[in-house]
Amino acid sequence: MANAIEAQDLRKSYGEEVQALDGLSFSVPEGTVFGLLGPNGAGKSTTVKVLTTLAHPDGGSARVAGHDVLGEAPRVRESIGVVSQAGGLDQEATGRENLRLQGQVCGMGGKELEARIARLLDQFGLADAGDRLVREYSGGMRRRLDVAQALVHEPKVLFLDEPTTGLDPEVRAEMWDEIERLTGAGLTVLLTTHYLEEADRLAAQLAIVDRGTVVAEGSPDELKRGLRGDAIHCELGGELEEAAVREALGRIDGLTEIAFTDGTVHARAEDGARTVPSVLAVLEGARLEVASVTVARPSLDDVYLRFAGRTFGSAEAEHAEKPDQSKEAQR
Amino acid sequence: MKVLADTSHMTVRHLMTLWRQPWWIAVSLVQPVIWLLLFGALFEAVTDIPGFGSTNYIEFLAPGVVVMTAFFGAGWAGMPVIEDIDRGVIDRFLVSPVRRSSLITGRLTSWALTTTIQSLIIVVLALIAGASFDNGVLGVAVLVLASVLVGSAFGCLSIGLALLVRREETLIATVQFLVLPLSFVSVTFMQKDLMPGWMQSVADYNPLNWAVEAGRDAVTANPDWGAIAGKCGLLLAFLVLCGSFAMRAFRTYQRSV
Repeated sequence: MANAIEAQDLRKSYGEEVQALDGLSFSVPEGTVFGLLGPNGAGKSTTVKVLTTLAHPDGGSARVAGHDVLGEAPRVRESIGVVSQAGGLDQEATGRENLRLQGQVCGMGGKELEARIARLLDQFGLADAGDRLVREYSGGMRRRLDVAQALVHEPKVLFLDEPTTGLDPEVRAEMWDEIERLTGAGLTVLLTTHYLEEADRLAAQLAIVDRGTVVAEGSPDELKRGLRGDAIHCELGGELEEAAVREALGRIDGLTEIAFTDGTVHARAEDGARTVPSVLAVLEGARLEVASVTVARPSLDDVYLRFAGRTFGSAEAEHAEKPDQSKEAQR
Repeated sequence: MKVLADTSHMTVRHLMTLWRQPWWIAVSLVQPVIWLLLFGALFEAVTDIPGFGSTNYIEFLAPGVVVMTAFFGAGWAGMPVIEDIDRGVIDRFLVSPVRRSSLITGRLTSWALTTTIQSLIIVVLALIAGASFDNGVLGVAVLVLASVLVGSAFGCLSIGLALLVRREETLIATVQFLVLPLSFVSVTFMQKDLMPGWMQSVADYNPLNWAVEAGRDAVTANPDWGAIAGKCGLLLAFLVLCGSFAMRAFRTYQRSV
């Protein structure tokens, strides 16, 4: 089976400080749903921008639907549909007009295009709203129109950049159903998300992205299977002497992969429930107040922690702090 | 041919947007009328100055107001581009097979259509107010052509600037800064011979002035067609220059995303 997307060693930086892509590589077989999972700022959106010919990489190469994104950009654009985070709908036009314009610039027209538009509006539950201005649409309706817009010209590869960010949980679930229905029929989908649940549910294959590079790749199940045993998370209060606690915990039988992220100890154990009492004893011995303890079956969050060395939450917090730091530097 | 097709699709998009704003339509129809009547009444006495020549100020002023209306309107062409950037519309088009240039030409075409309607309203109103344009339809057509040329050029500048600065405040400040000086350092309101010497020299390099001179001459009984063709040639060259600036701005924009 041929690959619909091949990214080789992609590099891109913005200015001197931000290295958005740092040698990112992956490939997506035709007709599959591939997820790029990572926190905000990991480089997922930049990857989509490069693969959709919007941004130029500083280094590396990529092919989409068999065409080189740098040398054959116009051919790539004919073969792809894109749902970006910003949306890109004309709010002052109706849903139908948005779809029509997209079809027209892709060389479609006439009755064939109008029939296609009517089918898409129907498929995405927008048949009654088709002649209303997009400005009046709800968030969920806009997102469905975004996807419909990306499909007008029957692309071979569909890019969905954070398709459910900012949606209510209910609307998100509906969106997942829509996306699931799209697959099959030979369409290749590249999905980026920072929702673990979303990647778990929709993607057949996943690449976990951190700091502009792929840190792990496989199906969600494979990635989770790679983790042995249960995850133990202890939220602590009070001052933490990391080295001492780490040494003490290290002496507990069957406890592995001990990691610290702001005030929380993470570890793995073959049998979580049996190991928790020993962990608590060690922590109490170190005069640490334990605020909460959780024992869980492996999740993608744990996969992320293992490969990126930090939790999703802390990676996102770090990213959120960055703009402030650069502002400080400017002053 | 794809460029022409894409331009017409984009033109339809922009015209539909305008069509849905009745308040905008009302204001843009009334505004040039107000300029014509207001400036016409305010400066009426200048025809008494020895050496002014023309005795009907409205007749003198109308071609100037036609060009100024086109120029003022085109200056704001970049504003909806910034809105398109903010809403991701530009990025969506950049990843589609649409021709880049049609994103500019579509805006200019829809603007040229609306500005032509405005121009004709001004001409009709001036005729009602007692002006006479001796050269008839041909003269008026050349006047409209000159104003569309100069407006398209400044429209390209505005769009290019919008792509580079991407902030409405910056664009507003720049347009405000340029519009009035360029209008006054021209023969829009005053005969050239009565302007201070330095202003006459500056006006020779002002594209807005080229358009007013060419347009005003074209509607008189005995136009100097050679001079008019020269001015329109200059305007065309200026438009090509501004157009390539706008296309370069697109490439700069795309490098920054």
